[in-house]
Amino acid sequence: MKPPVNPNAPFFSEQYGITPHDLEKYLAAALSEGGDYADLYFEHTTTSSILIDESLVKTASEGISMGCGVRVVAGEQTGYAYTDDLAPERILKAAGIAARIASGPARVSSVGLSEIEPSHNFYPVALPPTDRDLLDKLELARRADRAARAYHPGIQQVRVTYGDQIRHVQIAASDGRIVADFQPLVRLSVYAIAQRDGTRQSGSSGGGGRVGLEFFQGENSPEHHAREAARQAMVQLDAKDAPAGEMEVVLAPGWPGILLHEAIGHGLEADFNRKQISAFSGRIGQRVASEQCTVVDDGTIPSRRGSINVDDEGAPTQKTVLIENGILKGYLQDRLSSSLMKTPGTGNGRRESYEHIPMPRMTNTYMLAGQDSPEDIIRSVKHGLYAVYFGGGQVDITSGKFVFSASEAYLIEDGKITAPVKGATLIGDGPTVLTRVTAVGNDLKLDPGIGTCGKDGQSVPVGVGIPTIKISRLTVGGTAPRAATSFM
Amino acid sequence: MSESQLQEIAQDLIGRAMKSGATAADVIAREGDEFSATVRMGQIENLKEAASKILGLRLFKGVRSANSYSSDFSPSSLARIVERTLAMAGATSDDPANGLAESEMLGQFPGDLGLYFQDVMEIPVERRIAMARQAEEAALAFDPRIRNSEGATFEASSGTQAYASSQGFAGSYRSSYCGFSVVPVALDSASGGMQRDYWYSAARQASGLETPESVGKRAAQRALRKLGGRKVPTSRVPVIFDAETARSLLGHIFEAVRGDAIYRSASFLAGKLHEGVAGENITVMDDGLRPSGFGSRPFDDEGVPPAVTAVIEKGVLRNYLLNTYTARKLNLRTTGNASRGVAGPPGVGPKNFYLQPGAHSPEEIIRSVKNGFYVTELIGFGVNIVTGDYSRGASGMWIENGELAYPVEEVTIAGNLPEMLRNVAMVGSDLEFRSPLAAPTLLVEGLTVAGV
Repeated sequence: MKPPVNPNAPFFSEQYGITPHDLEKYLAAALSEGGDYADLYFEHTTTSSILIDESLVKTASEGISMGCGVRVVAGEQTGYAYTDDLAPERILKAAGIAARIASGPARVSSVGLSEIEPSHNFYPVALPPTDRDLLDKLELARRADRAARAYHPGIQQVRVTYGDQIRHVQIAASDGRIVADFQPLVRLSVYAIAQRDGTRQSGSSGGGGRVGLEFFQGENSPEHHAREAARQAMVQLDAKDAPAGEMEVVLAPGWPGILLHEAIGHGLEADFNRKQISAFSGRIGQRVASEQCTVVDDGTIPSRRGSINVDDEGAPTQKTVLIENGILKGYLQDRLSSSLMKTPGTGNGRRESYEHIPMPRMTNTYMLAGQDSPEDIIRSVKHGLYAVYFGGGQVDITSGKFVFSASEAYLIEDGKITAPVKGATLIGDGPTVLTRVTAVGNDLKLDPGIGTCGKDGQSVPVGVGIPTIKISRLTVGGTAPRAATSFM
Repeated sequence: MSESQLQEIAQDLIGRAMKSGATAADVIAREGDEFSATVRMGQIENLKEAASKILGLRLFKGVRSANSYSSDFSPSSLARIVERTLAMAGATSDDPANGLAESEMLGQFPGDLGLYFQDVMEIPVERRIAMARQAEEAALAFDPRIRNSEGATFEASSGTQAYASSQGFAGSYRSSYCGFSVVPVALDSASGGMQRDYWYSAARQASGLETPESVGKRAAQRALRKLGGRKVPTSRVPVIFDAETARSLLGHIFEAVRGDAIYRSASFLAGKLHEGVAGENITVMDDGLRPSGFGSRPFDDEGVPPAVTAVIEKGVLRNYLLNTYTARKLNLRTTGNASRGVAGPPGVGPKNFYLQPGAHSPEEIIRSVKNGFYVTELIGFGVNIVTGDYSRGASGMWIENGELAYPVEEVTIAGNLPEMLRNVAMVGSDLEFRSPLAAPTLLVEGLTVAGV
């Protein structure tokens, strides 16, 4: 068996002949008009994907994207340019363009670089999925298709998507560091449509991570996701109209942790806070959640989709406590924000690709487990909603208002889970919603590896998680008002 | 790289694919420049500039196909792409609907659609930065409660796209884009509450842009009117969608009429051709011929020339939007809506997709509502195209006796799209094309506003 790829293996020097001397030359060119800091982000990403629809392998595709992004920072200003051609004259040209953000004499005549040895590898995948035979990947997708269709005769349509990628990155920075990483990523998703008496409903399930194909077994198997997607679609056929208005809401563990991502995660990104435009600005040390809530962002969890060995500025990732027993502790920092706010970095500077400027982003954001039993939490609700699965969410970090949309939910009546209800959007206020968390379960789960976060046009893979929690009051955006009031 | 050079690269790749054993192939090649400048509180924050290129190959072995993409146009890279894609195609399934567009469907718009203007990339950098700065200045100057900003951004880009296929189609075109936006932040000193909003201008040519002052002022007004927002009691009331939010409804209609969703019955409009699906006041067009339209192109991503398609005509569903594959699945003809990223086969995209305006001004529509909700912002993704179920976060203004009374936030609006289409009580006259999708102000009845 091959040993796992060393994250620090000299990919760009071996494949493209880029030496530390070259890197020093490029950085000197970037700082030739002044500036406090410059970095080079080399990226080589190979992706492959498969689509099975109507039980046919309709699409197989793959591709390579590679290039170098050059960044120059002068005070609060950033100059950026990139090239998809790694020839020296192209990188130097990009460096010259980025350099224009500063406009003075070069302050740094040369940069001495040394490679930083990695201290850990959170995803030592022996055989990355991208290097596996296409037929092995097809087999996983076919198994999912078969299992979803076999679940029930009411399942009419099944769509399975498989995607993997390998990203080699190398970051060289004017503070003397060369940092490299090798980042595998894989994801399998199933989408099913059920039909009965002319009514159609949909369901979906998926998962993955920074893992090999051997990951897809047990509760991560293609059959598991297929049955989940099909089950959801069948359950939704019986769904009633969702209630409308404020009520108690219990969230199931795992992917419903998207609550944290939207309610507080974005609002705690340092760029918004140093600009004082977040609803959480200036609130470090204040209460933003009930005492039972401790929320962290952790990029160091092994094998997770949201984990990274180093961030996209070459800084080590870490576990950052955002909220501790309800008190706001800190923000998620990138290099620029932490230097402007004069606070230690947290390793959250991420970028979608070499074409993008890094900014503070989340990794894996979750709430620590509490003491309560999930069964007791449900039993404590007289009339409320139990939300098990979600689509996506969104937030306005200035007003603090956030939404996330339930795709599988049930009424809770007199402490018992009763009828399924149609998908509804839940809306709340970030700085206050967690103060209404009145029960935190002992069953923390992280999501199965399906999260993608969008900010300012840049997508990055992320993870979320919560235990079962109860929120005493949250607005449910259904169509069936509890007390029917209508004004004409 | 010139248009003809890009086209030659595409054609060369077709030749390689065919020589290596493909039975058919097509190639999309793109090349472009981008520039963006962000200013915040009067200072440059970011300056970004770069050029990029990419191509995507699709090749067929009979009715099997596979795709590859790369930004490396070197001969060795292209040879490797062909080899890999042929190998993948062997592993896919026979799909009888698969294949290039029929030869008789191919063609290019004969005239100039006005997609490219030299003046965009010739705007001096200082002027680009100045436009962003002036928009932000105007917003900050508008009212003492506007004292902060997320920034203002100016963007300019131009690009070339080439498409070639083994049937002999080869074509290319250039396009340009410029625009700027500003996001001011309003502060209510008494409560400490903050609100932000934005406004923007976009065009294919520099002379098509609105003035920075007018954009900054409008952005400031929009942020200010959100201050002091409150949650309202849950009720079922008439809801007015302003033109920007009404556009999102057009987006859902587009998702519901695109061929990919229709042949899979994954749309509430599947199987409803020629049926009444909306009120008589609803006519939705997809116009591929609009001069300088953001959704206009001389040929789609399969080499089919543009047309004007009536999607819904006085409430009756007349046409789905299709590409070659989805047309074959439905026994219809392509409407020239093939849209392709480089990483996969063509999907379906809109051209200039809009709701025909009515006779009522937005002010008239507001005045007609005794008690209701005027929506100016929507967030969230709670729309299920399979069922038409609709539930999104909203903010805006409450209407009392025909007047905008107070701001509202942290509420949702919910309903069902097929019902909403039948319950559009008034269609506004204020249609503007600010993106490929466009709609006027709309008054919709029967929605539930959920608050307290």
